[in-house]
Amino acid sequence: MAMEIRVSLLLLIFLSSAVISFSLYEDQVGLMDWHQRYIGKVKHAVFHTQKTGRKRVIVSTEENVVASLDLRHGEIFWRHVLGTNDAIDGVDIALGKYVITLSSQGSVLRAWNLPDGQMVWETSLHTAQSSKSLLSVPINLKFDKDYPVLVFSGGYLHAVSAIDGEVLWKKDFTAEGFEVQRVLQPPESSIIYVLGFLHSSEAVVYQIDSKTGEVVAQKSMVFPGGFSGEISSVSSDKVVVLDSTRSILVTIGFLDGVISFQKTRISDLVEESGNAEILSPLLSDMLAVKVNRRTIFVRIGGEGKLEVVDSLSDETAMSDSLPVADNQVAFASVHHEGSKIHLIVKLVDDLDTVLLRESIQMDQHRGRVHKVFINNYIKTDRSNGFRALIVMEDHSLLLLQQGAIVWSREEGLASVIDVTTAELPVAKDGVSVAKVEHTLVDWLKGHMLKLKGSLLLASPEDVAAIQEMRMKSSGRSKLTRDHNGFRKLFIALTRAGKLFALHTGDGRIVWSMLLKSPSKSEACQRPSGISLYQWQVPHHHAMDENPSVLVVGRCGSDSSAPGVLSLVDVYTGKEISSSGIGHSVVQVMPLPFTDSTEQRLHLIADTEGHVHLYPKTSEALSIFQREFQNVYWYTVEGDGGIIRGHAMKSSCAGETADEYCFTTRELWTVVFPSESEKIISTLTRKPNEVVHTQAKVSTDQDVLYKYVSRNLLFVATVSPKGAGEISSVTPEESTLVVYLIDTITGRILHRLSHQGCQGPVHAVFSENWVVYHYFNLRAHKYEVTVVEIYDQSRAENKNVWKLVLGKHNLTAPISSYSRPEMFTKSQSYFFAQSVKTIAVTSTAKGITSKQLLIGTIGDQILALDKRFVDPRRTLNPSQAEKEEGIIPLTDSLPIIPQSYITHSLKVEGLRGIVTAPAKLESTTHVFAYGVDLFYTRLAPSKTYDSLTDDFSYALLLITIVALVAAIYITWVLSEKKELSEKWR
Amino acid sequence: MAPIIRSSPALAFLVLQISFIFFASTLPLSSGSEDGYTITGRVKIPPSNVIGHTAKSSNVKVILNGGQSVTFLRPDGYFTFHKVPAGTHLIEVSAMGYFFSPVRVDVSARHHGKVHATLTETRRSLTELVLEPLREEQYYEIREPFSMLSMVKSPMGLMVGFMVVVVFLMPKLMENIDPEEMKQAQEEMRRQGVPSLSSLLPSAGASR
Repeated sequence: MAMEIRVSLLLLIFLSSAVISFSLYEDQVGLMDWHQRYIGKVKHAVFHTQKTGRKRVIVSTEENVVASLDLRHGEIFWRHVLGTNDAIDGVDIALGKYVITLSSQGSVLRAWNLPDGQMVWETSLHTAQSSKSLLSVPINLKFDKDYPVLVFSGGYLHAVSAIDGEVLWKKDFTAEGFEVQRVLQPPESSIIYVLGFLHSSEAVVYQIDSKTGEVVAQKSMVFPGGFSGEISSVSSDKVVVLDSTRSILVTIGFLDGVISFQKTRISDLVEESGNAEILSPLLSDMLAVKVNRRTIFVRIGGEGKLEVVDSLSDETAMSDSLPVADNQVAFASVHHEGSKIHLIVKLVDDLDTVLLRESIQMDQHRGRVHKVFINNYIKTDRSNGFRALIVMEDHSLLLLQQGAIVWSREEGLASVIDVTTAELPVAKDGVSVAKVEHTLVDWLKGHMLKLKGSLLLASPEDVAAIQEMRMKSSGRSKLTRDHNGFRKLFIALTRAGKLFALHTGDGRIVWSMLLKSPSKSEACQRPSGISLYQWQVPHHHAMDENPSVLVVGRCGSDSSAPGVLSLVDVYTGKEISSSGIGHSVVQVMPLPFTDSTEQRLHLIADTEGHVHLYPKTSEALSIFQREFQNVYWYTVEGDGGIIRGHAMKSSCAGETADEYCFTTRELWTVVFPSESEKIISTLTRKPNEVVHTQAKVSTDQDVLYKYVSRNLLFVATVSPKGAGEISSVTPEESTLVVYLIDTITGRILHRLSHQGCQGPVHAVFSENWVVYHYFNLRAHKYEVTVVEIYDQSRAENKNVWKLVLGKHNLTAPISSYSRPEMFTKSQSYFFAQSVKTIAVTSTAKGITSKQLLIGTIGDQILALDKRFVDPRRTLNPSQAEKEEGIIPLTDSLPIIPQSYITHSLKVEGLRGIVTAPAKLESTTHVFAYGVDLFYTRLAPSKTYDSLTDDFSYALLLITIVALVAAIYITWVLSEKKELSEKWR
Repeated sequence: MAPIIRSSPALAFLVLQISFIFFASTLPLSSGSEDGYTITGRVKIPPSNVIGHTAKSSNVKVILNGGQSVTFLRPDGYFTFHKVPAGTHLIEVSAMGYFFSPVRVDVSARHHGKVHATLTETRRSLTELVLEPLREEQYYEIREPFSMLSMVKSPMGLMVGFMVVVVFLMPKLMENIDPEEMKQAQEEMRRQGVPSLSSLLPSAGASR
């Protein structure tokens, strides 16, 4: 027994000593991993199409990205992901060579070099109050060789030099109640008009000298009705605004600083009445107003007279107006008709002149058009050509030109909110796997090449050939299941409510689907996605059924809004069913039971304290009623600092006739004192995690039993003062406390307090251990602590005789109600980087050792062996401990560059890491999402159960051939020798 | 690996010292204003000698307090954080291919935003906020060039080696043994009933 253990330990050491880091050769990049770069939903776009040089479009997005895209192919020239609270308010091009961005509610102005994206200057603007942020880059404003950029934000108007970012002048508009609405700069004039409202009822116009920032004149006039705030500037001396009742359009003229009002009732313009809304596109001498689901175009005549010139259906997206040749101005509108979209470019002056009319077939799963940006170019026949950049409802970005989609980018994938995995279909008999392999000669040739490569004898052409061969090797992108489980689908739900299935082999989109609203009501046109669950994973029964995923969404942003459930077939990407469920969704709990068709039972808790069972079948109900007493769950109220445990009570038949609805009773509550503790993080184990061994054998023949419970909740609290950003408090003011709470009984199993520490806490919980990352204010460094939980009650089973005679309690039933006897071991280390997220690798049987996957602040992912966070590490481990693989204790965790699984790539804006086991025990899939997507396959203990791709079959063959030849030769030789001996 | 880590801070320190001579006089560290102070510093990346690293300063980010605000480098390597309240802060530099120590920065309210900076990894305090990488990071393993030794060390090489030993050296060994002793040994083994080596190698035994 002992011998065996020792042998296995030695084997383990042999295995593990080689596994210090992940390590990848440079030529292996792209073999198992893929990386996709995105930018997010586009907010603003500015075209830069000069006659010479590359044509590009500068965009800013809702993911706080500013990027320069190639207009021909849609590729990213450069991009920058700004900080999470640095939202971009405006983007423009100045001097023809700088991209100017205004961000952080108008307080940061940056200039980027247009060709390569290098930041040129950065200026912080003084802001005093929150208000609209406006960025305008006047084309013809120039003084002293300087081109000012005008920025209005936070109550101040700044003129900033475009060359070096120097503030030329600033003007304070923070006078009481004054809200600036528009900053207008008439062409060929050095006077800037600043128009604003005082207390929403008085219009004020300032005239400012653009050279000095001094107020030349100021006029104000009271409007008795009051304004509603929406404003549209139609020309350099007129704006149109709605009054507070939203039924009268008020034209404010301020020619030469004299304010005049002119009122027009909307009911006089169109027959329909109702609340009007001014749409945002900037059209010259015209404005677009939305009334009763129709968009009307109103032209402003010379004397401020309004007349309706056109009206369109509601679902129309419009671009800003664009100057085309001969002092004419055009704008584009896009609307849907069946599966087609129609792009129409018209002249603003003359709506009957259609410059361009194109119809384009559009994928139904892109939804409506949200935004249109147009740009013109001169064709070879000197007529105007137009290209339109459109943003769809699913956040995708498309370029339309000459009636076709030139390129498209799936920008929805920049905002993934939940990910799950799914299997691919099993290969049918008709599809032969062997087809990929060629003839034996080709195969041998390939392997000879590989051998040459591994011996570093290959020429550059050979290397290229090897690389190409590897990339398309062994059908890694086939759409069938493989033996090792390397080919899988990652199903990603995006913020736009679109579902994408990504192939692990090459990252391509196998199918995508936009969630549809079950009802056609106005309130819920498109449900927003919340989370994804595996609904049906056929294994043993129901093999002919396709697996499916459950998408939980809701109508509207409020948590009490009614939920929507949608079932999607994983193989085809078709929606099987979609239903509004008539109650809100607070929490979704997959239960560990499945029905005869392997549909998993789910409980959904609503805001009224009821839970609802899905699927709504009688079979599911009978299964659930059998387990009725054993269903528990907990809720966390972060604001109140309360954690509650619940159990089932009864069917809520008394209140509603719904037999799938149940009432619950409260079992326990844990209340944290609100003056000293605030919940910042809670975490449980992954419900589908597999634990292979219950016990841990140490070198001194001691056995430690892991306390493996599915009902453990990790809670981290921090003093309310320390709940903010790091470094905002002194060490004395903040204490971090972590708890381990049993979610069945509410018993606090363990409490650990860290004085002088604060959040944010990033934690990972697996098997019997928790690892969490937090900030130590005293050392001013990040720390990582590991807590391992061991079962004391089974500790007496160490005696072999007890086991032999059956006097052990290993088979005794374990009840969640019994008081657990457990003890913990913990240890802390310094860690040199901020962390965005932590995950842990998961394998099919849980035998392979684990690695922590740490998403760092630099958007890289570091694989750290679990052995580095082992509480049994000591400064001087004994020989026996060393044999066991215990690493000497160091005060900080090592950052080995070779163990970055993202190698030289960045997953910009990293938000989450998902791991999923492959069928092969040694291997795990890793999928990381943020603005970018990254996938790789990891083998935390190296691929001990399969040969690597690099395995040189040719060398093996050569060896065998050589051995056979040697045997034959020696045989012949020995025969000869024997013969000669006999003759002697 | 370890000696490299140990030696690099000293090296970085040296480079830093040199850089101080050039930049010490020109660096405005901070300036007070109505809503907080300004931290200005410089990131200095030495020209890389590792092939494949394109250390473009446009891809370097400087991060304050774990993501509270993020800024970028100007072409000359300078960066600025605006509106920083007095107190203790943490600055991290994210640059592909380099490892930077986080920097603890104390902004003093009493001395009008005077900045005191300390590298948290080496606990060395900086007189000026010039950040240098502690070490370069090589993300890929370097392939060992072909050598006979690695060939021999590989499992297949060992197999071949063993075969060579058995085929060519074993008969030689047999030859060296005194025939009398050999016979005695064989007798003994036969009595014990253990399969002898000579019975496994009949040709060697028979030839004697």
